[in-house]
Amino acid sequence: MTEATSAAVTLVAMPVQRLMPTPESADLIELTRDLARRELAPRVDAAEKAAEMPRDVYLTLGEAGLLSLPYPEEYGGGGQPYEVYLQVIEEIAHAWMSVAVGTSVHSLSCYALATVGSETQRKELLPDMLSGRLLGAYGLSEPDAGSDVSAISTRARRSEDGSSYTVRGRKAWISNAGYADFYTTFVRTGDDPTRGLSCLLIPADTDGLSFGAPERKMGLASDPVREVVLDDAVVDAGRLIGEEGEGMKIALAALDSGRLGIAAAATGLAQSALDVAIAYAKERRQFGRAIADNQGLAFLLADMEAAVSSGRTAYLYAARLRDAGRPFTREAAVAKLAATDAAMKVTTDAVQVLGGAGYTQDFPVERMMRDAKVTQIFEGTNQIQRLVISRQLLK
Amino acid sequence: MNIVVCVKYVPDAQGDRTFNEDNTTDRANVDGLLSELDEYAVEAALKIVEAGEGEVTVVTVGPEQAADALKKALQMGADKAVHVSDEAIHGSDAVATSLVLAEAVKKIGSPDLVLTGLSSTDGTMSVVPAMLAERLGLPQVTQVSTLEVADGTVKGRRDGDAVSESLEASLPALVSVTDQINEPRYPSFKGIMAAKKKPVETWSLADLGVDAGQVGLDAAWTKVESFAQRPPREQGEIVTDEGDGGTKLAEFLAAQKFV
Repeated sequence: MTEATSAAVTLVAMPVQRLMPTPESADLIELTRDLARRELAPRVDAAEKAAEMPRDVYLTLGEAGLLSLPYPEEYGGGGQPYEVYLQVIEEIAHAWMSVAVGTSVHSLSCYALATVGSETQRKELLPDMLSGRLLGAYGLSEPDAGSDVSAISTRARRSEDGSSYTVRGRKAWISNAGYADFYTTFVRTGDDPTRGLSCLLIPADTDGLSFGAPERKMGLASDPVREVVLDDAVVDAGRLIGEEGEGMKIALAALDSGRLGIAAAATGLAQSALDVAIAYAKERRQFGRAIADNQGLAFLLADMEAAVSSGRTAYLYAARLRDAGRPFTREAAVAKLAATDAAMKVTTDAVQVLGGAGYTQDFPVERMMRDAKVTQIFEGTNQIQRLVISRQLLK
Repeated sequence: MNIVVCVKYVPDAQGDRTFNEDNTTDRANVDGLLSELDEYAVEAALKIVEAGEGEVTVVTVGPEQAADALKKALQMGADKAVHVSDEAIHGSDAVATSLVLAEAVKKIGSPDLVLTGLSSTDGTMSVVPAMLAERLGLPQVTQVSTLEVADGTVKGRRDGDAVSESLEASLPALVSVTDQINEPRYPSFKGIMAAKKKPVETWSLADLGVDAGQVGLDAAWTKVESFAQRPPREQGEIVTDEGDGGTKLAEFLAAQKFV
């Protein structure tokens, strides 16, 4: 028996019951749990403490077909609905949040090409992207353009013969930076704030593309985040995804889906913290009984369960709307808001349940609490989610 | 090269193990899976066939849920599966299991190679491979950590405590492999989709021409009289090293008659 297998035996198994739409998607969840138990769980603690990006894990997940689930089978994808893909993300997050975020970012970075790329571009690039042989990053934000996408100032100038773009600017908060093989990058090709944006798929080895120092983050240590600096980087015009001026439309369409990825990941993270809290509460004894036998604490666990379940229900509802081809912008924002606020609350409460032990790095809940905070911030802050929801309500 | 891999559906070692009233292992009410040691045999078979040609058939003897073990092997890449299932098999010992497996292998055809794992992860007796080889009249190369098939022979290395043996046999042969031989692949989602279309046959004892009186609990050579949970581990003795740690350790070992 391998060392990894025996080490994983002590970990809490994923307890969530899932109603999957097909037998093969149920098997897919089993496969994901097997990978999580044997490949992710034994490594997460050491890798996060050392801030190591586990590039090989993405190859393993790619070989298993987990990086391509929502994309068409003809390009090597799994042809799975979002309802299935997101539950796989949740399962990954339960074992390793950084990897779930990295997987979600990778999937998001494939979105532009898969949905509006030309047939030639898809045939050339998509199979390697979906298999995980090529890892993706997503460059939307800039130092002065975050929630306000129309403020993007990274400029792409087309050469006189039209064969290439020269790109100049800085992209901020880029996950997978330095490890990704391609950067799905939103650039300004025209002056109109919204209609002047375009999408370029920039190879990592492009001259003029470099990286800032790794951000010193509160959590998600195994998700490398850096600035991507484009210093007159020359990009082949064949790497323009969609038409010039379609950038905003592509970015916004991908955002709804990306938010669901984060909602699913936050749910897995929260479930993981809850599982640790339950196990600890049943084991830890004070005043001659398990602390779980105190109703004050048991009710805390009940509230945590309700919060996790609410987040899960919200993202599954939005996913099912998406899969049915219905509008889901409002529901995706609700799911992102509900699931990430739940993750923050549940991980904080998990630290409380574990008491002093929870505050130490010898237990995983302090890491989960740190990892949870960013879910309220990225893919649109939760204030932006409220803006999206209220605008949808009042339009 | 046609290969038959014998696999077993075992209770998940992570779950609680329970027993039936007749002191046999409860397989119906616990989560089970493909014995992890059998994954190495499946992987070894897939590697051989992928390097050349032929097909891999997986066979199991077990209750209805044992189909899950076959499904996993098919998802990894095996071509087809045979499930021998019959209520009369309940409680069978290794002798009876090897009889049923032998008849199943004969009915599948005459494979060039029969592969098994080192042992099951529940019974851990390691005797079925040898018994099966005897019943099939095949040379047996057991517990190898390397495997090479070429020119009508099979070669393998068996690592013992004192020596490593290089073994060779003519094909057809039976080989059992250890967990050192390879790194079993995970199924892929493509494999999961493909497995849905692969043939799985279910055979009864009658299909194999095996008399029900030869198998099952009543025919078993050994019976479990009773069982008891292993007592929980007691807390160990912690010795603080105050410069005399070595002495204290030696005294402890001497007291336990280890030195």
